[in-house]
Amino acid sequence: MTGQTPALRLEGIVKTFPGVRALDGVSFEVMPGEVHALMGENGAGKSTLMKVLGGIYQPDEGQIIVGEQPVVMRSPLEAKAKGIVFIHQELSLAEELTVAENIYLGELPRKRFGLVDWAKLEEQTNAILSTLKVGFDAKTRVGDLSIANQQMVEIARALTVDAKAVIFDEPTASLTDAEKVVLFDVITDLQSRGVGIIYISHRMEEIFKITDRISVLRDGQYRGTLQTAETNEEDVTQLMIGRALDLSRNESHHELGEVALEVRGLSCGHLFRDVSFEVRSGEVVGFYGLVGAGRTEIAETLFGLRDPSAGQILLSGQEVRIHSPADAIAKGISLVPEDRKGQGLVLGMNCRDNMTLPQVDDLKAGPFVAEGAEVSIFDQYRDRLDIRTPGWKQLVGNLSGGNQQKIVIGKWLSMHPSVLIVDEPTRGIDVGSKSEIHNLIRDLAAQGYAVIVISSEMPEVLHVSDRIVAMYNGRIMRTFTSEEVTEDNLIQAISGLGGDRAA
Amino acid sequence: MAAVTKEQVGGFLARQGILVAFAVFMVGFTLANQRFVDPDNILGVIRSSAILGVMALGVTFVVISGNLDLSVGSMMSFSTIVVLDLHDKIGPALAIPAMFAMTLCLGAFIGFLVGYLKLNSLIVTLGMLSAIHGLTLTYSGGQNMDIADKEGTWFDFFGQGSALGIPVPILIFVLLAAVLGVVLSKTPFGRKVYAVGGNGTAATFSGIRRARVVFTCYLISAFCVATAGLLQASRSLGSQNTVGQGLELEVLAAVILGGASLLGGSGTIFKTVIGVLILGFIQNGLLLVGLQFYVQYVVTWIIIILAVWLDIAAKRGKLWSPIA
Repeated sequence: MTGQTPALRLEGIVKTFPGVRALDGVSFEVMPGEVHALMGENGAGKSTLMKVLGGIYQPDEGQIIVGEQPVVMRSPLEAKAKGIVFIHQELSLAEELTVAENIYLGELPRKRFGLVDWAKLEEQTNAILSTLKVGFDAKTRVGDLSIANQQMVEIARALTVDAKAVIFDEPTASLTDAEKVVLFDVITDLQSRGVGIIYISHRMEEIFKITDRISVLRDGQYRGTLQTAETNEEDVTQLMIGRALDLSRNESHHELGEVALEVRGLSCGHLFRDVSFEVRSGEVVGFYGLVGAGRTEIAETLFGLRDPSAGQILLSGQEVRIHSPADAIAKGISLVPEDRKGQGLVLGMNCRDNMTLPQVDDLKAGPFVAEGAEVSIFDQYRDRLDIRTPGWKQLVGNLSGGNQQKIVIGKWLSMHPSVLIVDEPTRGIDVGSKSEIHNLIRDLAAQGYAVIVISSEMPEVLHVSDRIVAMYNGRIMRTFTSEEVTEDNLIQAISGLGGDRAA
Repeated sequence: MAAVTKEQVGGFLARQGILVAFAVFMVGFTLANQRFVDPDNILGVIRSSAILGVMALGVTFVVISGNLDLSVGSMMSFSTIVVLDLHDKIGPALAIPAMFAMTLCLGAFIGFLVGYLKLNSLIVTLGMLSAIHGLTLTYSGGQNMDIADKEGTWFDFFGQGSALGIPVPILIFVLLAAVLGVVLSKTPFGRKVYAVGGNGTAATFSGIRRARVVFTCYLISAFCVATAGLLQASRSLGSQNTVGQGLELEVLAAVILGGASLLGGSGTIFKTVIGVLILGFIQNGLLLVGLQFYVQYVVTWIIIILAVWLDIAAKRGKLWSPIA
């Protein structure tokens, strides 16, 4: 690649915030037609770097060079005009508008009198969509699309400008395996058009599948660039966290206790039907399936957020009816929800208050909240989960994703539940924190908790579960023990092909 | 002198702007008219702010829980008229609890609509503003309400009396502020109010019964309104049907001025008290420098806009943001 001009180059970028040197002389470049991974633990400076690239922050030192031109970008619009396009982890689309309107928002083609040229709009949009090979058209309302397809709309938006560099920030966080394949095809296509791609992800298998080079940040500093073909997960991890990571599969089983939770013939409308399973204390049961298979809905039903239309729920052998989350909590069920920011945390509240929120009624000194008891709960779980924060007064919104998730987990562990449900426990979390959370889940089972783990990541389910329930389209297809499960039979089961038949 | 950048000045103004503006006003008023800093004048301002202040305490709960209460003005008219009317019919000792009960019923109704039926609080309380006004007029037949024997009642104690040398309205305002301040900052209920306003979904997922919290906030607001109505009735011993008209906006101005976000989840009782005082002193100052009373309506509006602007500016760290 020598001799070529990079599509985008950063030189000695420094960005400081009061008390923190968030970026400390970061330099790196992406070539046209290259997929360049940017990796680092939460808090390593990736987000800050992206905000500098996106014109949201101005660097204190250093420069950004697009092609051969040093550029200054004062806003996201200027960044886009310079050919730097972001595909965000959290989508920013207007749900009520059509695909075409979203793609050309702000620059709709006009006819005379300033009226929108709908015919031209539709034609242009469909031309772009056809290159993406998607199954929807210009007139579809964005709110009716799946998350994966909404992401395609964002990508289509990027294709309307002469993009020099496209930055994907955790693009696969909400995608199923099948949807990922489509995304990767699109990335390959962009590559062949000579676009430089920066790919931010925590998922090693993706990084090794699609990237050419990997650059690593740690503590705001550039730690080096590796050729993907010449390296391996251990090396990258070591560069990221400064130590080696244990990736071996956990095959230990803990002493099983009584059946803590039993579900018989549970149904909820068309969301899931006739679901039966049991979880013993000391056991981790993984729920694996495609997005929309009904896993989260089962969790929500157990947590009192939905009313079942049929079936029974038994806790320690006693049939119970759960009408609200408050009910579920009182009966010893805790749920770490899948949407950390939307469902798990009050971002404008401090760490301590978030952690003790479900039990604030019980932590009383007279009529008042016992703040001392709260602080000691916070301290206990901060140490146990290794939550990195300057102190309990820190607003949760200022923490990194991994630390936020640990606050949510701490919040529910401190309730000492008998059944703990964790939905997508490591979504958007870095490698180091991820394996910590996996170990934690195993530890919890060892301590006698009955744990349900819902995940869309196969390695995760395989890694933590004693048994795996495979779901397809609202039904349980098969339950595997960790000895009999293989990647193949699991994929068949969640695709509705019937677990036992070999392909 | 250390160099101060434009950004630092902007940031400081955005964060502390309202206090700076207040200080400038105070100095200006003092220079314009010495009477402004006279202890009697200051006590007078606090005293006349007490009614507004008491209402603002309750609205602070509602705003932090992420809702609005625009019905407090006409609800206050209702309380005032009812207690004056009942005073002569059943005597003050029964009239006061009866009026509180009726006002709390109104609060409970609003709390039911907003909390349990999840109707938009702006629409519900805007509608109630008009509906309660109608209720008051129907009750009074459109007549002004007066106590027959103004000399021979102890009812004037709340609005005109003093204890320990301090006017009773100020005592009640301070006492209520202290109690509600503790409720909001120190009790589990207060914590839940912040959680519900900050992120209602996360509050539900934490087992908080959101509807109950919102309902209780409206009850607290109604209780404060009833107290304000008592002070108003006791001060004047007679009233028009429209005595509280327009107060809802002034109350909201005071709460926002204190720094509570209209999006919910932030604000404190202490800040609201500051907001009430700022509003009171500025209105008083305007009168003392010789402006017409009616100018204060325009000034109140300017203050609201200023407060909301600075609130947004503090969040984005810039006073001015032309893009997006």
